[in-house]
Amino acid sequence: MQFFRKQFPILLAFAMGMTMFIREFVPAKIATDLYEGFTKWAIVIVGFSAVFAILSLLHHHVNRVRRKVPGYGYSMVTIIAFIQMLLLGLIFSVRPGTPVGWEYWWLFVPMQATMFATLAFFIASAAFRAFRARTWEALALLIAGLLVMIGRVPIGEFISPYLSDFAGWIMNNPNMAGLRGVVLGVALAQIAISVRIIFGIERTYMGGGD
Amino acid sequence: MKNNLSQAAIFFVLLFALSLAGFAQEPEELPPAAGDPSEIAALQDADIVIGLEEEEPEVPVTTVPLPSGVTLRDLPNDDGTGLYLTWEAFPEESPELTYTAYLAETPNGPWLEAGSIAGNESYMEDHGHYFPIFYWFKKSREAKLHHVLLVQDVATGEFDAKGNAIRLPEPEGFTVRPNVGPKNKDGRPIEPGIIDPDTGEEKVSTKLVEIQPRTIGELYVKLEARLGDATAEYPEVLSATARENWFDVSKTNMLILAVLFGATVLYFISRARRDPNLFIRKINGLDAVDEAIGRATEMGKPILYLNGMSSLADLSTLAALNILGRVARRVANYESTLVVPCRDPIVLTVAQEIVKAGFADAGRPDAYNEDNIFFLTEDQFSYAAAVCGIMMRDKPAANFFMGYYYAESLILAETGASTGAIQIAGTDAVTQLPFFVTTCDYTLIGEELYAASAYLSREPLVLGSLKGQDMAKLFMMVVILIGTLLVTFGMSFVKDLFKALG
Repeated sequence: MQFFRKQFPILLAFAMGMTMFIREFVPAKIATDLYEGFTKWAIVIVGFSAVFAILSLLHHHVNRVRRKVPGYGYSMVTIIAFIQMLLLGLIFSVRPGTPVGWEYWWLFVPMQATMFATLAFFIASAAFRAFRARTWEALALLIAGLLVMIGRVPIGEFISPYLSDFAGWIMNNPNMAGLRGVVLGVALAQIAISVRIIFGIERTYMGGGD
Repeated sequence: MKNNLSQAAIFFVLLFALSLAGFAQEPEELPPAAGDPSEIAALQDADIVIGLEEEEPEVPVTTVPLPSGVTLRDLPNDDGTGLYLTWEAFPEESPELTYTAYLAETPNGPWLEAGSIAGNESYMEDHGHYFPIFYWFKKSREAKLHHVLLVQDVATGEFDAKGNAIRLPEPEGFTVRPNVGPKNKDGRPIEPGIIDPDTGEEKVSTKLVEIQPRTIGELYVKLEARLGDATAEYPEVLSATARENWFDVSKTNMLILAVLFGATVLYFISRARRDPNLFIRKINGLDAVDEAIGRATEMGKPILYLNGMSSLADLSTLAALNILGRVARRVANYESTLVVPCRDPIVLTVAQEIVKAGFADAGRPDAYNEDNIFFLTEDQFSYAAAVCGIMMRDKPAANFFMGYYYAESLILAETGASTGAIQIAGTDAVTQLPFFVTTCDYTLIGEELYAASAYLSREPLVLGSLKGQDMAKLFMMVVILIGTLLVTFGMSFVKDLFKALG
């Protein structure tokens, strides 16, 4: 039993990790088929995992209602919404024109859009915080940010034809250099963490600590 | 007034003189209106050739350049489904000139059009698919070639009832099996033509048939150039067989670098076994983890931990889960509350196990509450709304945003900031980094997210990998510097070494 809890997952991670690594360099059809096969496995596993998700959701909210924790009314709304959606879907299907379709288009989608729209206000408040020039770095950020913003709108072109070029230069040179540095670092770090996981050095993901 | 009158008089005189000059010229006879039959007939009877008088009309002779240097090769580094047809390009070619490749299973045909390209497109450099170090030497002999890729693959073509191709698969990917008429799924040919019951006429029906992939054996190709109605055909019929390859030579440089880098990491791990006191650079964001957990404990408020919006297939999610394990252990030590709302069901399952193990490792398995690690929703903005709700209601004292994020990052982090919580973010999503930097107290930028687990654990083995990673980064920096200098002076072989040829 200990073998299946400790060694087997590490062996499995090693075998799968090495297979996927080798596959990258093998153009033969068997490698493509193997990859497609694993992808299908993943889809099946994800399908089954939805059951865990539903159980977790209901367990969490039923417990909140039962214990009457503050704000348990929201949990009741969640449970009722879940049950009615499930029943309507089972009875009338989920195609457009059905009650589920109506709820989706006229409740779910507008609420999603509302949430997305709040981003505009958050950007304004975040920009206000970011553009307080308390240090030299913040001042440089403020100036660069203002130049890029003005250079990317028509009024920038109106003020000076060089402004949009300068904004482009900031984006394509200093900004791109920094961005590539981050991306390169991330790529190397991803290889390092892959090596750690494949060789069983990093095992936290197994849930068993070290 | 007098001046004005004299100027006006001069102006009118000039205008009058110009008008007289124009009127004096003979008006040109207008040509007959296009399509006027009487006028055209009159011109034909008179046998008039404008501009040539009695000479014979010159017929422009169209010459079509004959394709030369045509080669047909097996496409290297593929799964045995491709052939590569190349021929030499002329210095200047017009788009009116078209090249058409025909494919057959026998040298005598029947030929099926595999595809055509305009004269001024589809160029390549003849560097082939060589190991990069040779690429540099080969490059000096490169020629400008046209190329067409003939791919045998699963595809669907449209044929009429008589088996003639009507619509071939998409351009460039040409699955062609000459003589393959419409067939049933069991391979029997479909009877040609369908008799219309109303008229009794044979209707030319169209059928969609699936062409069997992977033609085994030799394929024959011929090339034709066309300019207007004139054509020129390469005299030789070429043949080649597509072969399956077991190693992609064009990725040799990638393989060597990956192995070298992996070996460096493993070397430093083994070195860390012997010398556990490796120096690792300081990461401020991770030093603040203890501070954040301690603060939450003092305030008696929960700690909110998010694993990002991606699935377990994403390495950043794995990195976030690794950090979660370390955080869970410390939370258990401090006897605080850890809340982990999840977006992905599989991440949920793993997160529950990790937190459970973290509490067990800390000697507090009884403090683990499975109900605190729960599933919210898979929908992006519903998830963001739910997490914001938790922040506003429960007012966690510390928020951790680890993993990959999209547009919701600012909504989450800004709401958290408004509650006064200490916030630590870590992501490799470069587009979201500015939002986290603006709204969080500490941000792990890119690679720091992946280093965090090693840093927090302080275990020599894991720290060794971090050291190896830093050495690889140093190597890359030196190579970039040398490569930049050499390219500046016109030498590109270092750059070519790292070129993706695949």
